[in-house]
Amino acid sequence: MATVYINDKAVDIGDKKLNLVQAAELAGVTIPHYCYHPALSVVASCRMCLVEVGEKKPDGTVVMQPRVIPACQTPAKDNTVIQTATAKSKSAQAQTLESILLNHPLDCPVCDKAGECKLQDYSYNYGNSESRMVDEKNTPPNKPDLGNNISLFTDRCIMCSRCVRFTREISGTAELHVVNRGVVDLCPVGALASKDFLYTHRVWNLKTQDSVCAGCSTGCSIHLDTNKNVVYRLRPRENPNAQGYFMCDDGRLGYHYVNSSNRISKPHMKSESGADLSSWKDILPTLRAELNAVALKNPAGIAVMLSPFLTVEEGFLLATFIKSISHKSKLVLGPVPVIGEDDHYPKTRSSVAPQVKFTIRNEKCPNKKGIEQIIKHFEGDVIHVADYLSKNTPEALFIAAGYQGEEVSWFDNNLLELFKKVKLLITQDLFPSALTDVSKYVIPSAAFSEKEGTFVNFAGLAQELHWACVPLKQVRTDGQVYLDLLERKGLLQAANIRDEIAKSIPYFSKLAGGKLESNGVHLENIS
Amino acid sequence: MKAEDISWVKSPEFGVMDQIFLPAIFTGMVTTLTHMGNTLFSSKDVVTQQFPEQRPNLPANYRGVHRLNRDDEGRVKCVACYMCSTACPAHCIDIVAAPSPWPDREKYPEVFVIDELRCIYCGMCEQACPVDAIELTTLYDLTGHSREEMIFNKEKLLSVFDKTVAMGTDPVRTTHGRLGVASEPASRGVTGSSSMQT
Repeated sequence: MATVYINDKAVDIGDKKLNLVQAAELAGVTIPHYCYHPALSVVASCRMCLVEVGEKKPDGTVVMQPRVIPACQTPAKDNTVIQTATAKSKSAQAQTLESILLNHPLDCPVCDKAGECKLQDYSYNYGNSESRMVDEKNTPPNKPDLGNNISLFTDRCIMCSRCVRFTREISGTAELHVVNRGVVDLCPVGALASKDFLYTHRVWNLKTQDSVCAGCSTGCSIHLDTNKNVVYRLRPRENPNAQGYFMCDDGRLGYHYVNSSNRISKPHMKSESGADLSSWKDILPTLRAELNAVALKNPAGIAVMLSPFLTVEEGFLLATFIKSISHKSKLVLGPVPVIGEDDHYPKTRSSVAPQVKFTIRNEKCPNKKGIEQIIKHFEGDVIHVADYLSKNTPEALFIAAGYQGEEVSWFDNNLLELFKKVKLLITQDLFPSALTDVSKYVIPSAAFSEKEGTFVNFAGLAQELHWACVPLKQVRTDGQVYLDLLERKGLLQAANIRDEIAKSIPYFSKLAGGKLESNGVHLENIS
Repeated sequence: MKAEDISWVKSPEFGVMDQIFLPAIFTGMVTTLTHMGNTLFSSKDVVTQQFPEQRPNLPANYRGVHRLNRDDEGRVKCVACYMCSTACPAHCIDIVAAPSPWPDREKYPEVFVIDELRCIYCGMCEQACPVDAIELTTLYDLTGHSREEMIFNKEKLLSVFDKTVAMGTDPVRTTHGRLGVASEPASRGVTGSSSMQT
């Protein structure tokens, strides 16, 4: 039990090993800092967190140290007293800022960081409005091609060395002053800029929504930044349960298909008479009737492929629908995209493996675990679609694909041939393909940025997706389509479906009530 | 309010001369005829202008059609910072930024569009601009045959600059001397005068 006094407010920090920045955070007091980052080592080089520190003696008197000291480097111990608002602390902050800004260009109007820049924020809150510098500012040349994805504006750098420490401690790639992975988020000023986002938008026009990256089964918590229905960037969201503080470039830059103009934009049904249908009003009843007819003829003649890109809610609704048509119909798991091996960080050259701080998984889908549990609940065991189709040929196959990504096809030729054997193909996907060409029904799917629901990552962590964009006019989210097929009224409310799932499937019992914390819930007991 | 605070004013009583109205009519006619005489026989004190043959001389701070200023080399001055579109209460400015083709700046507007019909001519864009690239001119008789015609793109806005420069009707900011980059005093390597001098 340790008590720390921050601006005369007592805070019990328990047994936690905190520095003064963290301790002050507990008290709701922000100590400004640039170089300190909770995931990196402490260097105390920026001097922004200088505060007055003292100690409360057993007899109640407070003895302050004569000089200001860096809060990030000072451990919080019992009876530590911090004063952040005294004249001494304030003048230390203002002077530090003035010295940091000596060579910083005032090009905020053209800087992409403006609006979310710590220099701007701190200058406004703690700084002086004027500089006493009389000499010319130092303007080192920019390095616009620092890396494939990063541009360096050298004159804006304040030498906090966060990026350098990241490449040494997290990625382990140790490019001394060359950085190339996920470092842009770390830069507290506008020195490192993401080329993907560079000059595309001003940050204050963006709306931010909490979401989950659909790139791999790590399931990084992210912020989705959008404006006018266009996704502009993905940023990591701090989540100790999922990935920590960072995200990889594959995820960060892999969202462009969401804004693609090639996406399937409306439902379509091919009919033999040539009178194709393309409105939900006509297609959904026809589809339901056709599936019912198949079930009447052959109760075991319907199969459903659930892709690992569906949310738990979507998987559950579709399974419920198909089982209501015929309880003998079969649920199978779609292809799980796997690329290479799990990619662990930090990298090292020594023979001793360091503690893993970040992993890019080889399983390039967000919700294999969740969909597997749905299938297990209804079928008992999980069968892959290729295995199933090589032994059986159902009369009707509902392919709920929704595979994210535009360039790479999710099925190979062998699987396509197996699909082609099925008489009635219903395909729900994002992009047109050889499969949609041969399908009788083609139903558009929604991107992960457009739907709400739950993804379960590799470790059984359930996280909530929120919609940030509205899908194209004639696109309904996958869950909504299943809800409409089930003839349940109203719009999809993911929380209600979650509650329903929690009641019927024991694995998801922790989702009861439907509310999910922003950091997610572990569905499995972790030892 | 107390009763003694109120002072009642009585209308003047009508005399015989007032009741026949003729003196008042004659006084009025004298005024009318004087003006008529002035207009017909002397050019003094004439307030009517023969628009459109005659054009008014508007003050330099008049808020008319926008122009996009050019720098000394004839390039667009705008650095695509979106300050004007952020400040715009009518949301009539659309900008698409791109890396600039010139070495002396990082960003320039690839597309700069103002919907002149949506604009309320408040001048906020002018005030927000850190590089004095956008100004409201004294051009006021803006007409067009369609709505599309009234959506001004970058080229059209630059042509307004050329036109007003040729006409010699520069807006107030330009006539008062060039401003520097926002909050960078002139002594620090910025040519021209600084914001402190205006």
